[in-house]
Parts: sequence; C-alpha cells; structure tokens
Amino acid sequence: MARFWQALFSFFSRSRKNRSSSTEKAGRSRSFVSFQETGEVIRAERLLQEAGFSVEVMGPPPWLRRGCDMGIVCNAVEEPAIRTTLAANNLHPEDVLPLAGDMLAPVSLVHTVDYGAFFMVRAANMKITIAWEDGRICNVSGGGCPDVPYLAGKLLGRSICDAEEPRTEGQTLCSYALQKAFLEGRRQWQEAKNGSS
Amino acid sequence: MARSEEWLIVGTVPQADFPLYYGSYDLKDGWIVFGDDAPSVAVNRGTPAFLGAAWYVAQSLGGQPPRTLLVGDTGNGKGSRALYGMLCDRIREESFSGLAFHYLYPDVDWHNRLLLALESLNPRPVLCADAGFMYAAKMSGYAALYDLFTPDSGEMAFLADESAPHPFYTRGFLSGSDIPVPDLLKRAYAHENAARWMIVKGHTDYIVHDGDILERITAPDTPVMEAIGGTGDMVIGVATALLASGVPLADAASLAAHTVRRCGQIVSPTPATQILALLPAIPEALSLASEARFRAVTPS
Repeated sequence: MARFWQALFSFFSRSRKNRSSSTEKAGRSRSFVSFQETGEVIRAERLLQEAGFSVEVMGPPPWLRRGCDMGIVCNAVEEPAIRTTLAANNLHPEDVLPLAGDMLAPVSLVHTVDYGAFFMVRAANMKITIAWEDGRICNVSGGGCPDVPYLAGKLLGRSICDAEEPRTEGQTLCSYALQKAFLEGRRQWQEAKNGSS
Repeated sequence: MARSEEWLIVGTVPQADFPLYYGSYDLKDGWIVFGDDAPSVAVNRGTPAFLGAAWYVAQSLGGQPPRTLLVGDTGNGKGSRALYGMLCDRIREESFSGLAFHYLYPDVDWHNRLLLALESLNPRPVLCADAGFMYAAKMSGYAALYDLFTPDSGEMAFLADESAPHPFYTRGFLSGSDIPVPDLLKRAYAHENAARWMIVKGHTDYIVHDGDILERITAPDTPVMEAIGGTGDMVIGVATALLASGVPLADAASLAAHTVRRCGQIVSPTPATQILALLPAIPEALSLASEARFRAVTPS
C-alpha cells in the first residue's frame, strides 16, 4: 500500500522532478527503511551504526506518517546487507522505499542552561538536568510520549556516565530527543571534569 | 456550577501492567490511589502529576477531583491504543462537560476516530489537550477544534511549524530561542495549528484567545521551574480542576499560570527539586493568585 501512495506522489510531483536538483538526484541513491514501531527504529539505528553502516534517522515521507514515527535512511546499494544485519537481530523492516522528495530532519539544535551547581540540556522538547559536582541526573522534564515518565524514573539519581542510555529502552521520538540531550549532557560533564582534574 | 465528576482526565501511567482504569482517585502520601481496581502510582511526572495537581485544587475548593481514564503504557503505544478504542466505543454512554487529554501515544488515526466520536456529542464537551495528545491533535490538522492547549515554548515552536508532525522535527529556524512567542503564535494560528485558548508556558507565560494575547505573566519568576519534571503537568492539572469546578476558561487559564508560578515562589526550589515537593503549595498559591486576580478585576 505504501508503494502505491509513493507512486501516486511521484506522479503528481513529476513536473517538479523534471527540474531535479543535484540533491534530488543524489537522493535517488538512498533508501528509506520503515518499521512498524519507533522503538524498532531506535534499535535498528544503533545496530547498524555498530555494524559500520552509514545511516541516519529521518522523518517519514508524508504518505507514511502516522504520528510518532521515523525511519532509517541508508545507501541504496547497502540495502541487502542492511536487511541481513537487521534480520540477524530479529528486526524486520515494514518496507524499504527509494528516497524521494523532502525528508524531515530531526532537531539538531541543543541548548544548555547553567544554573550554577546544576546544568540543564534541552534537545527539541526534552530536558535533562545534571549536577556539576557528581554528574548525578537530578531531573528530566518536557516531552509528551508515554515512555518519558518511564525513562525518567530509570535515570533519576543515576550518574550521567553510568546510566543506561535512553535509546536502550526508548520507543518514541521524545525518547530519541532525550537521548540527544543525554549524550550532550554526558559530553559536557565529562569535559568539565577532565578540565578540572 | 458544574460537577467535577462530569470531567475526565485521560492519560497514561509508566507501568506496562497497569490495567485500563476508569473512575475516581485519591492522593495519599505521595501516591495516587484507585481502590482495589488498580495499583497505586507514585506522583512524579506525567499524568500522575496532572492528577496530583487537580486533586490539590479540588481539595482547596472543597470538592472532588475529576474522574480519570488511565492505562499503563511505557512507550510502545499498546496501552494508549486500547484506551483510544475503549473511549471511542463508550464515550456516548457517559455525559461529560469536558475532557483533558495528556500523555498518550500520538497516533493520528486513533486521534481522528476519537475526535469524530467527541464531535458527535451534543452538547460537545470542552476539549483540552497537552503532551502527546496535543501533538496528535496538531498533526491531524484539527487543532482548531480544541478549546485549550498548554504548550511550553519548545512545543509552541512545534505548533508554529506547519510541516512538523512532532516537536522532534521542528525546523531549526523556529526551534531556536530567537523567535518571540507572539510571532510563533501568529504562525500557529495562521495555519490553524492552535486551540481557541492557549497557555504558553515559559519565562513569560502567555494567555491567548483566538490569536489575541490577553495576558503576559512574568512574575513571580523562578527560572529553575523549567528544569523540574512535572511543572507543565501542574499547569494543565490546575486549569482542568478549575474548569471542572465551573470556572470560565479565561479565568481558569490565567489562574493556572499564576498558581504554578506562585508555587515556585513559595517552595523556592532548586533544579533538583521533585514535583512532589511543589504540589502541596497549590492551595496557598491558588489562594494568592485568586486574590490578586480579584483585585485586578475589581474597581477600587
């Protein structure tokens, strides 16, 4: 069904494609791998990166959007190897489509607020607050997906260095944003610690 | 005056085995308790914080908090979808003055089915949304059918971005902090991605009606409140409980924002303070906020 909508979309945007830019031409050599659940995307990205594939997470094209979702963008030529790697880890893509049109990119901006003894890192709608002294995670705020309170409960009181990364159990876009804030918080705290030792 | 029981708070708790629960609740020693039908849940953040805030407002006003429809969901959306289905099937069996939707898995298809069912009710209940359900409402394109949204400034940028289906995809030129909230509001209303009433939470709180900023609230200012998980849930919790007690939307929105800011002033939190330490300040904060508002609208 997704292929049908993609074909329809391609038909109606043909006139624009006739004037295709170099970006769009480059896009034809990439594929979008979709999954049933966002949690599977988060697992797949980690597995594929660990296996050495060059992949990135992007928002799905409009005809595939359901709400809280994203997918993996990869080099089209690597698709068979990626499928094999995923299958070996019991991950089965819902579909693999040639990349076409504009894709939604995740938020890349990260902001930091220094409260003196604590600092807060914000990525998209998620915020994590860490104590400068010992790296303890003191608060997690923001977000709206149901795994945020669950992950917050697991992170609170743990050291930013030892705590399990949110993407290990995260299953939504909010958890992915929290992962970005978490990693930036860890980086800043370790940098400060190394700078003071 | 409306009866609080005619309102419903709809959300999730972060426990996979928590059953689908519909009914009343109480707050005891930092736990939301449901009698024998469901296990108690700690008040920390998310919908339990919403319920806690609504409970304290109800206590202040001498009434009962709204009823609640809850389900366990730790992120895969299964619990949320079961809740959506149950609500779609049974919404016509009950008579609600209003519903407030909170931490639910943002699923546009289920959102649309539910909205269709709600729109068929006569009279149609007041509809409030925050968190994941607000994301689904915006992505659906039907945000303008809602009566109240309570975004923070980051979520406000998401509402202003007509192409973003989730805050995670808000484009950089909007998600930076350079664009003033009034400009984001204009953009959100222009694309019908805002509710009739909005409480925009941030260093300045904005009370907005149909695109017009009615009030800018800057004091008392406790910047560390932004770091404390659950302070946003307090705002929708206070607003919902006030609406359920019959307070008009304009007053409920303003009082909710003032009350939560007063809580910050009373407790003087640090960035490590937890939401449970702030909630007990609600009765005093609500009293102070109400007096100030009464003075503001009464000619001397």
